[in-house]
Amino acid sequence: MLEAINVTCVRGTRRLFKDLNFAVARGELIELRGPNGSGKTSLLRILCGLATPAAGDVLWDGTNIRSLGEEYSASVAYLGHQNAVKDELTAIENLRISSGVAGHALDKGEAQRVLAQVGLTQQQNLPARVLSAGQRRRLAMTRLLTANATLWILDEVLTSLDQAAMGLSRDFMTEHLKNGGAAIVATHQDLNLTASSVKRLQLS
Amino acid sequence: MFSWLVWRDLILAWRRRADVLATVFFFIIVTSLFPLGIGPERETLKTIAPGVVWVAALLASMLSLGRIFGNDYQDGTLEQLVLTPQPTYLVVLAKVLAHWIVSELPLVVIAPVLGLQFGLSENSLVIVIASLLLGTPVLSVIGSIGAALTLGLRAANVLVALLVLPLYIPVLIFGSGAVQASLTGASPQAWLLLLAATLVVSLVFAPWATSAALKISVE
Repeated sequence: MLEAINVTCVRGTRRLFKDLNFAVARGELIELRGPNGSGKTSLLRILCGLATPAAGDVLWDGTNIRSLGEEYSASVAYLGHQNAVKDELTAIENLRISSGVAGHALDKGEAQRVLAQVGLTQQQNLPARVLSAGQRRRLAMTRLLTANATLWILDEVLTSLDQAAMGLSRDFMTEHLKNGGAAIVATHQDLNLTASSVKRLQLS
Repeated sequence: MFSWLVWRDLILAWRRRADVLATVFFFIIVTSLFPLGIGPERETLKTIAPGVVWVAALLASMLSLGRIFGNDYQDGTLEQLVLTPQPTYLVVLAKVLAHWIVSELPLVVIAPVLGLQFGLSENSLVIVIASLLLGTPVLSVIGSIGAALTLGLRAANVLVALLVLPLYIPVLIFGSGAVQASLTGASPQAWLLLLAATLVVSLVFAPWATSAALKISVE
């Protein structure tokens, strides 16, 4: 489904990786490993279309993602280092507005159900400013649940999550794979997914 | 998507309204300094009024440009906006519209009151409003190019001024020209039409340049 062909990334004068080839199919997850500074985030940003590779192509169902443009964006959900959570908005406003902006508006009941899924029912009317780092991460995770995206691209998704929330995100990923989705996850921790379709990609 | 984004920016502006008020007070203070500095001579004040009001509007809107994309850039929302399934062109238009409502419309509303201290006639005040209504959207949309280009840079505010102020010159000339014409009893229509034309051209082309700049900035 997603295919990387000879992808090379150069940051400034440093070459992070060269001629990287891999593919992800439906129901598959790629665990992206590598030490700090090995280019995990850069690779993920290339894969979701935010950055352009110095050389090589990223194909989605055989077509270059550059030429697909917005059509590709609709099938991808990206969760980066930053949570994209607005401090001034309450948790529920953050969720409803961000999904409205992304083109799939939720009514209040639906939004409450999604927040319940990530365990933020108590906090739904608190401004995001007062939420803890882990709670903000949970709030950011709701984007994955509402986006209806086939491909999840996750950067250090387990950072600052507690045991319960890590379990939750594992459940979400397993569920997503079971429904025919795919995921590429950069991580330092073991994901310990029970699904058999986990591949590992090591950057050095 | 479009209306959600405009709505979001309006809510955010309301919750950070001190920022908006700062722009408005800047506009009021700058225009009020001139009568104090130059003295109460009616004719002189009248002659400089169009220029003063327009220059102050330009500077005040410069102040607020950093806010168009700055906060979204810092908390990662901008990446998500670039990745929405809609063209970035629409994202830019929505943000520019919200910026205009929040930062420019108050200037248009307050300008006639400020015009009074320069002794402008009723007729000229109407032209002040009309020229600002046509001209300030141009300031927002052209300013968005500079704001997008300078995202994440140090001394972004100074750079924005250097990038954007030269592009504001036609708006300044047409806008103050319209008010000047109304003072001398000539018809301001030609000036207003020129402003309208500038508005149409910049609305078509500037968001396109801004979205290209945004994509470079988030990369």
